[in-house]
Amino acid sequence: MIEARNISKVFNNRKVLKNVSAQFEKGKANLVIGQSGSGKTVLMKCLVGLLEVDEGQVLYDNRNFSGMTLKERRPIRQEIGMLFQGAALFDSLTVEENVMFPLNMFTDKSLEEKRERVNFCLNRVDIKNANCLYPSELSGGMKKRVAIARAISMNPQYLFCDEPNSGLDPKTSILIDNLISEITKEYQITTVINTHDMNSVIEIGDRISFIYHGQLWWQGTNAEILHTDNKEINDFVYATELLRKLKK
Amino acid sequence: MKIFSQIGRYSLLMRRAFAKPDKWSVYFRQTLVEMDALCIDSLGIIAIISLFMGAVIVIQTAYNMTAQWIPRYDIGFTTKESLVLEFCPTIISLILAGKVGSRIASEIGTMRVTEQIDALEIMGVNSANYLILPKITACVLLNPFLITISMFLGLIGGWSIAVFTGIVTSHDFIDGIQMYFVPFEVFYALIKTAVFAYIITSIAGYQGYFTRGGALEVGRASTRAVVHSSILIILANLVLTQLLLK
Repeated sequence: MIEARNISKVFNNRKVLKNVSAQFEKGKANLVIGQSGSGKTVLMKCLVGLLEVDEGQVLYDNRNFSGMTLKERRPIRQEIGMLFQGAALFDSLTVEENVMFPLNMFTDKSLEEKRERVNFCLNRVDIKNANCLYPSELSGGMKKRVAIARAISMNPQYLFCDEPNSGLDPKTSILIDNLISEITKEYQITTVINTHDMNSVIEIGDRISFIYHGQLWWQGTNAEILHTDNKEINDFVYATELLRKLKK
Repeated sequence: MKIFSQIGRYSLLMRRAFAKPDKWSVYFRQTLVEMDALCIDSLGIIAIISLFMGAVIVIQTAYNMTAQWIPRYDIGFTTKESLVLEFCPTIISLILAGKVGSRIASEIGTMRVTEQIDALEIMGVNSANYLILPKITACVLLNPFLITISMFLGLIGGWSIAVFTGIVTSHDFIDGIQMYFVPFEVFYALIKTAVFAYIITSIAGYQGYFTRGGALEVGRASTRAVVHSSILIILANLVLTQLLLK
């Protein structure tokens, strides 16, 4: 479980996160939703330590991550997998080398064992015959799937996904969502997903946190979010005319 | 005040870059890759520039030595001194600051804006060490060899133009090259080259690493890397020359 305790983040005297406290449970797809600029990316960066929190604590299974030095954080970071918005695959490496990268850095496995693991991860995300391709030769959806394969190659305990559906067509978005959800349940990972895609919320959102102007405004399940009376959430969830008509 | 903050940030980055590598085998492999990409790949341009630079120095020296009492072998001697002491280590390093510096800054800068560096950090990799240290090691170790080759090629260029145009005989030119040969001058040139290589790679690495924004900022970081490292090379040249050639 990942826990944020009263975390705040200030940029240029502007408080972007205001005393956010949230728990992200193991084996569940924990979705963080909110409008663009609401602070969800800052929250995720604070959780993974790319940004330092100004106040509060981030705990990984009761280990105080935010209070650790960079060196102390390394063992925890090796338990983290992350899917970036733009996939963030290494341009100069092939698909196989990208997925093998964490194994090369942190394990003493033989090349055969590493290849076996890479092929297992690539098969798991349904990527075939692409080991020798470079990221520039892949489609957006394939890049995301390779990035997921890289993220799970070290059997992570925690998986972070920043806007996993951005730039993808609806069908591929559903594929990626389902893949993340399946992996979360299969390996009992604590998964945190930043999104503003309502399809994802309804399809895979086990637990949803709504961020509004840097504050944790609401938490609940995907069933609850559709029936809440909260005005800000309704404005966000039923933003389109079509959804408003459907609700009626 | 901004300059002090930049010096502080640069120092902290270098402290991270010079940490013990996460895995030595990966570090050695990366260093070899960088040696090929940054140094061996620069051999062509260095060869062309050195050959022509040597030839031009011979022509200009001959042009200035009109007095009959000056021996002709002085052309060879002056060419050698110019190439070894200044032209090869400094001018070639300035050219490498453009070629290698912009490459490093744009490569690391692009990795920054496309979140590849964040991906390294999330995995628990010391990104400064993984990205910058192999480049520094590669250039500090290999650039002195490149400059040695440049010296030879410069002298060959000078000899060729001297012989083919009849400015000076081959015998006189070679006599001039061998005259008053001080091995320390070559050592001085190689020390300068190693220091310049460190400046080029670390400044370019710093500029790339702290790039923020998009493609435009990557271009700006690349330009800053070339400008800043060129200025620092010229300053370091003055300091090292004062210290080593007293």
